[in-house]
Amino acid sequence: MAFEPVIGLEVHAQLKTRTKIFCGCSTKFGAPPNTHVCPVCLGMPGVLPVLNQKVVEYAIRMALATNCRIAGESRFARKNYFYPDLPKGYQISQYEMPIAEHGHIHITLSDGAVRKIGITRIHMEEDAGKSSHDPSRAVSFVDYNRTGVPLLEIVSEPEMHSPEEAGAYLRRLRSLLRYLDISDGNMEEGSFRCDANISIREKGAAELGTRTELKNLNSFRFVEKALAYEIKRQIEMVKDGEKVVQETLLWDVNQNRSVSMRGKEEAHDYRYFPDPDLLPLVIEEEMVARIGKSLPELPDQKKERFVTHYGLPEYDADILTAGRDLAAYFECCARQVKNPKTASNWIMGELTALLNACGKTIDESPVSAEDLAKLIALMEDGVISGKIAKAVFSDMAETGKAPDEIVAEKGLVQVSDASAVEPVIDRIIAAHTAEVEKYRGGNTKLLGFFVGQVMKETGGKANPRLVNELLSKKLG
Amino acid sequence: MSEKAPYELTIHEAQALLAAKEISAAELTESVLCRIENIEPMVDAYITICRETARKEAAAADKAIAEGKAGPLTGIPLAIKDLICTKGHRTTCASKMLADFTPPYDAMVMEKLHSHGAVMVGKANMDEFAMGSSTENSAFKTTRNPWALERIPGGSSGGSAAAVAADMCLGSLGSDTGGSIRQPASHCGVVGLKPTYGRVSRYGLVAFASSLDQIGPITKDVTDAAILLTAISGYDRRDSTSIDKPVADLSRDLDAGVKNMTIGIPREYMEQDGVDPEVQQAVVNAVEVMKEAGATCVDISLPHTDHAVAAYYLVAPAEASSNLARYDGVKYGFRDGSAAGNLKEMYINTRSAGFGAEVRRRILLGTYALSSGYYDAYYKKASQIRTLIRQDFEAAFTTCDIILSPVAPTAAFAIGEKADDPLQMYLSDIFTLSANMAGIPGISVPCGVTTGGLPVGLQLMGNYFEEAQLLKAAYTYEQASGMHLKKPSIHRNGSL
Repeated sequence: MAFEPVIGLEVHAQLKTRTKIFCGCSTKFGAPPNTHVCPVCLGMPGVLPVLNQKVVEYAIRMALATNCRIAGESRFARKNYFYPDLPKGYQISQYEMPIAEHGHIHITLSDGAVRKIGITRIHMEEDAGKSSHDPSRAVSFVDYNRTGVPLLEIVSEPEMHSPEEAGAYLRRLRSLLRYLDISDGNMEEGSFRCDANISIREKGAAELGTRTELKNLNSFRFVEKALAYEIKRQIEMVKDGEKVVQETLLWDVNQNRSVSMRGKEEAHDYRYFPDPDLLPLVIEEEMVARIGKSLPELPDQKKERFVTHYGLPEYDADILTAGRDLAAYFECCARQVKNPKTASNWIMGELTALLNACGKTIDESPVSAEDLAKLIALMEDGVISGKIAKAVFSDMAETGKAPDEIVAEKGLVQVSDASAVEPVIDRIIAAHTAEVEKYRGGNTKLLGFFVGQVMKETGGKANPRLVNELLSKKLG
Repeated sequence: MSEKAPYELTIHEAQALLAAKEISAAELTESVLCRIENIEPMVDAYITICRETARKEAAAADKAIAEGKAGPLTGIPLAIKDLICTKGHRTTCASKMLADFTPPYDAMVMEKLHSHGAVMVGKANMDEFAMGSSTENSAFKTTRNPWALERIPGGSSGGSAAAVAADMCLGSLGSDTGGSIRQPASHCGVVGLKPTYGRVSRYGLVAFASSLDQIGPITKDVTDAAILLTAISGYDRRDSTSIDKPVADLSRDLDAGVKNMTIGIPREYMEQDGVDPEVQQAVVNAVEVMKEAGATCVDISLPHTDHAVAAYYLVAPAEASSNLARYDGVKYGFRDGSAAGNLKEMYINTRSAGFGAEVRRRILLGTYALSSGYYDAYYKKASQIRTLIRQDFEAAFTTCDIILSPVAPTAAFAIGEKADDPLQMYLSDIFTLSANMAGIPGISVPCGVTTGGLPVGLQLMGNYFEEAQLLKAAYTYEQASGMHLKKPSIHRNGSL
């Protein structure tokens, strides 16, 4: 029997507003515990929430970018449960009437296939505080700095069928959040969190199987790993004649397995009801239109433009538009060179390798887009060879100097003058009589050997095309 | 007027004397503090008496008066219900849970009173978290009715009403979720007004049921209610449910009369079972007074009245169950962690020992009403009934300007009489809680005294944000009937 996994994802993205969702406290990460707090976010008696309009604006941005229908009237609701990191004993969220529903995004898989994934709903809510436990003592601590930091919850349809699709979906959501400049989308720091609902069913079946919910997936790597594990676990269970139990599982990073949360997280009845402290949220069409106009070019549009305008292959365009900064880097570079594809090759090859090696992001790149463009231009103008260019690039990364400066300092200008190269070629031919004979005897592969010798002799500066030409003539 | 002791004055009388420099704010405050000293042991209206701050505030008021910066409340000694947050003064909500809680912030109404130079003499007793109709549910003390010390003063703002009736302040603030201002005002023979929902900011009012709660004045007469309400009204961006409407000086043109007013008398209210005949008669008499004053009185219908109590006792506890979740022993207030082996036990112990029986009853009721599987049958249905009640009033106000009714079915009952019968207690809210469900303003004015010597209140309800008209009608009645001049014996003798 062939099985098909069915995956739905719930993403919580922290919004990077300056202040919290219902009070004026700072949202800045990393402050000493309980310093970004006030009576409102501490849930003291008698205080009231006031909605931060920036949060609404950001939610509308995301809703537009994910093709959602935006509700003219939505409501905040209280989700009631007791926990020390929840100061009011309820979380202000949205329930029956979220701000946006019925959206979708497109994801591209590694084989180039494009899939449409439905977005069930997007809603606004407040984050809870952070508990920490002292294992040596029977004491727990709560930091309320995070309490009231705005979150968007983005819920997908159960329409993904592999860990790869789930990964691609999450990357695309994160990319959108970053394009829109509304969230850092940093999984490790917790500004982008993911819970997964997973079930399996016989391939082709319409009914969904019993699902489990997987929590604590705090890196992209864990998500795919955990999903693969859970899919395998469920398939094995069903094959063994067992039944999948609906439960919440926690991904154990150290043991690489999912662990049941039974007992810890009992079936909650959250007793949702409309929050009487906040009026229904009315969103005028005019506001949506205004925000729509202010949206930046989004990845899908940008990708299309990179293909048509710069003549890039889809594959290149997809990678280069994954991040807004990377796309901007490419465009800056591409505008200053003759062939944009060369810029794309350099960015996806040398530059990416460099950034990976030094653990930096594109906006921290040691080589600026302008300098890379200059380097490519030197190559395109025949001033230096491709090989020299790679050496110059390493130098640029190390010293931060401009490419023309390095080329001048080190005398790396390509030699394209036949009268300068000819004497070198003559010397090489004279010094390798045995190889010359073999070549003339039919072993034409030896041409590469001679080219190499000439390049070595000229310190790589000889124009390789010229060297090839002259060698072929003299040896032939 | 000169025969009156300073503590006996109304706000507007005191204001005139202060302005004429015939009395100082310090003298007025001392007079009230002295009165409290004498009477409070009998009445128990206060949880906290703030003598020192009152004296400081009085001194500041005298300075303002001397500088010509006085307003109508400058130097006026007031009592504040103890669920209105007062910066630096403990705010207990009459609960063991908050017995030692001192807020680091003022409620918006307190900011307004401070800016007007008012003097706070103390924090008034109440039913715990405003849940009750008798002030017997206070964790600290039971306030006694100044008209009959063995009787309840009403509730939940019983301390605020008793303090005004016993002249232990010139006026006070209460809060009204289902009648908690109007009913004690009625039982204590004073004036109590619940404003339109959204008229007064709830910022700093410890929430019982957020969609129903409003702060309002309890005073010795209608003029004072107008003065106090004017001072505390207005939009506050910290309360999203407060309404941005200009506030007129409500004490102006109070004597405009009722000649152009139509007063509706809801037949469902007049035909209610269990209304004391003396109460019924006092209301009927009041109708005659209004007719004589020139008002047109018409019969109206509020057809969903029968469902109001049931719906209210689902909506209010549902909100309360959520509003009171924050008192969990974690951050502030009472914690019983002594025998707790884990977090859940700490919660259970804290909330079992920290809340009184009525509060626990309502939390359970509300939790049940919101539970999955019951939400549609209870909370949702109650919300729908609430809409119907609102529509009843909207329809009524197309044919009349003011609605007239009793406040409570009976005069004040004896302490302990209904303590074991919560349902009976809930049913006695029938005439007041509809105004909260609809969000309209209502006022209680004295309209008689029973043969047993207990005051009876008349309720007038107005359309949304029509407090000005409501006060005019109430003033007309008050002046025509003279009922506000009746005082409890505790007042006449100076002591009992």
